[in-house]
Amino acid sequence: MTYIPHSPKERDAMLATIGVTSLADLFEAVPAEYRFPHLNIPSALTEMEAADELAGLADANSTAGDDLISFLGAGAYRHYIPAAVDHILRRGEFYTAYTPYQPEVSQGTLQAIFEYQSLMTNLTGMEVSNASHYDGATAAAEAVNMAVANFRGKRGKIVVSPTVNPQYRATIRTYTLGMGLTLLGDDPTADLYAGPEALDSLIDAETALVIVQYPDFFGRLNDLSGFIAKAHEKGALVCVVTNPIALAMFKTPGAMGADIVVGEGQPLGIPLSYGGPYLGFFTSRKQFVHKMSGRLVGETVDSRGQRAYVLTLTAREQHIKRERATSNICTNQGLLALSAAVYLSLLGKSGLRQVAELCYHKAHYAAEQIAKIPGFGTCFTEPFFHEFAMCGPAPVAEINAFLLEYGILGGYDLGQDYPSLKDHILIAVTEMNSREDIDTLVEALREFSEEVGNA
Amino acid sequence: MTNIPSNLKYAETDEWFDPATGKIGLSDYAQSQLSDIVFVEILVEPGDAVEPGKAIASVESVKASAEVYSPVSGKVVAINGDLPGKPESINSDPYGDAWLIKVEGGKGDGMKDAAAYEKHCESRAQ
Repeated sequence: MTYIPHSPKERDAMLATIGVTSLADLFEAVPAEYRFPHLNIPSALTEMEAADELAGLADANSTAGDDLISFLGAGAYRHYIPAAVDHILRRGEFYTAYTPYQPEVSQGTLQAIFEYQSLMTNLTGMEVSNASHYDGATAAAEAVNMAVANFRGKRGKIVVSPTVNPQYRATIRTYTLGMGLTLLGDDPTADLYAGPEALDSLIDAETALVIVQYPDFFGRLNDLSGFIAKAHEKGALVCVVTNPIALAMFKTPGAMGADIVVGEGQPLGIPLSYGGPYLGFFTSRKQFVHKMSGRLVGETVDSRGQRAYVLTLTAREQHIKRERATSNICTNQGLLALSAAVYLSLLGKSGLRQVAELCYHKAHYAAEQIAKIPGFGTCFTEPFFHEFAMCGPAPVAEINAFLLEYGILGGYDLGQDYPSLKDHILIAVTEMNSREDIDTLVEALREFSEEVGNA
Repeated sequence: MTNIPSNLKYAETDEWFDPATGKIGLSDYAQSQLSDIVFVEILVEPGDAVEPGKAIASVESVKASAEVYSPVSGKVVAINGDLPGKPESINSDPYGDAWLIKVEGGKGDGMKDAAAYEKHCESRAQ
């Protein structure tokens, strides 16, 4: 079967037009011995054989949820995805839609993105949202770009709290390489039991942006209003990295005075997969919109006065502004932004609040029960949402190996990112963990505790 | 018909300079080429020194992004603080409301007069 829609006659006519006798003549510049190199790959499989081989590879993995009860979070969380999300997502019109540069044939996609943007600003308490970035980490890095552009390069310091997700901090370091900026505060050896005020002394008149996380990487909630006000006194902008489910229950960063609010949208109807693809949401105050990178969908009226949607303020983007653009990004995570929009629409305000409350209460029940086990204790005292750090009687790797025998995927080993937090395990609980799941975890930890001699 | 007031001087890059007031802006020809302006950012502050070729503002229209360069040397004594709030005035009133900055010590030497600038615009219209 030929997949190329040219007949041999058409091909010959085209070759004749350019004055060439055969297709082979077009490859004359490639030396004969390199034209068909031998590739050391196995021979072709039939579709049946290929499907079988891939299924075998997939079966070798244990899946969080299906095979293992999961208490692992640290930036990506297992939440229930209503069946309707996938059903709408897989509609051909959405699944195969291309970049909506031609509004006359992309109203569906554009409206969906506009709805996504509206929902995200609602959730974060901000005034404008872009069409999304690839993940929370790059969204945080783009906040740096926005702040630097806002001050036209006159402020060169970026203060990053060490309690921001380590992977996000690493991405920010990569992004800012060669930009001539000074990164401060990004120090995993800092006193992690201190509150956000510990960063105050690092903020001055040279600071373009301060980045903090809420809830932070250890799950802690702090009212950042005072902290943000102090940063503003120095003229610095503040970016809050946040969890979208938490925003259904707690004070929004917008209400605290944040200038930019970003985060990982994976909890909104996107599966864990193997770490991606995920969704970076990026929202800010309207005054910064001209320095915002990424796509922006706007609402307008067409020549007949009908409401219509378009990509707008496109002169910001690097294919027009070139080296003067805020960033090279001129794309978005279309399909997953749609997942988030569908998820939020289906759940609605009260549904999302219910999800958040279930996570909150289950996590607090788990923390309470685990704290009763000899050898275990809650590490931090601040309020938390659905994640908390437990200080245990042995290295986290040993605890997790023990839990795996029970079919439980344990929490995150904070010691791998923070030398002073060895033996601190970060446990996440969502609405997907049943009471039985949590009781099984507690039972297993109690057994572990007894085994290591804490009767 | 593009508007080219005779009392002003013009740069090849379509900025105008008023020797009487020291004001600088974008010409009517420039605004019509750029189409609807949606964003203006003035890049200098009072007290800054400028010279020909130094970027003094950035404008964005629906389809393009352009830098505006000072056509003269001098010191910035004022910037039009109202302009960022109404970028469309560059289209509607390029020689009046939409002045960008005011410069002291600037001379229009080497800039085109209205007639020369009109020829310059016509030659590009081919």
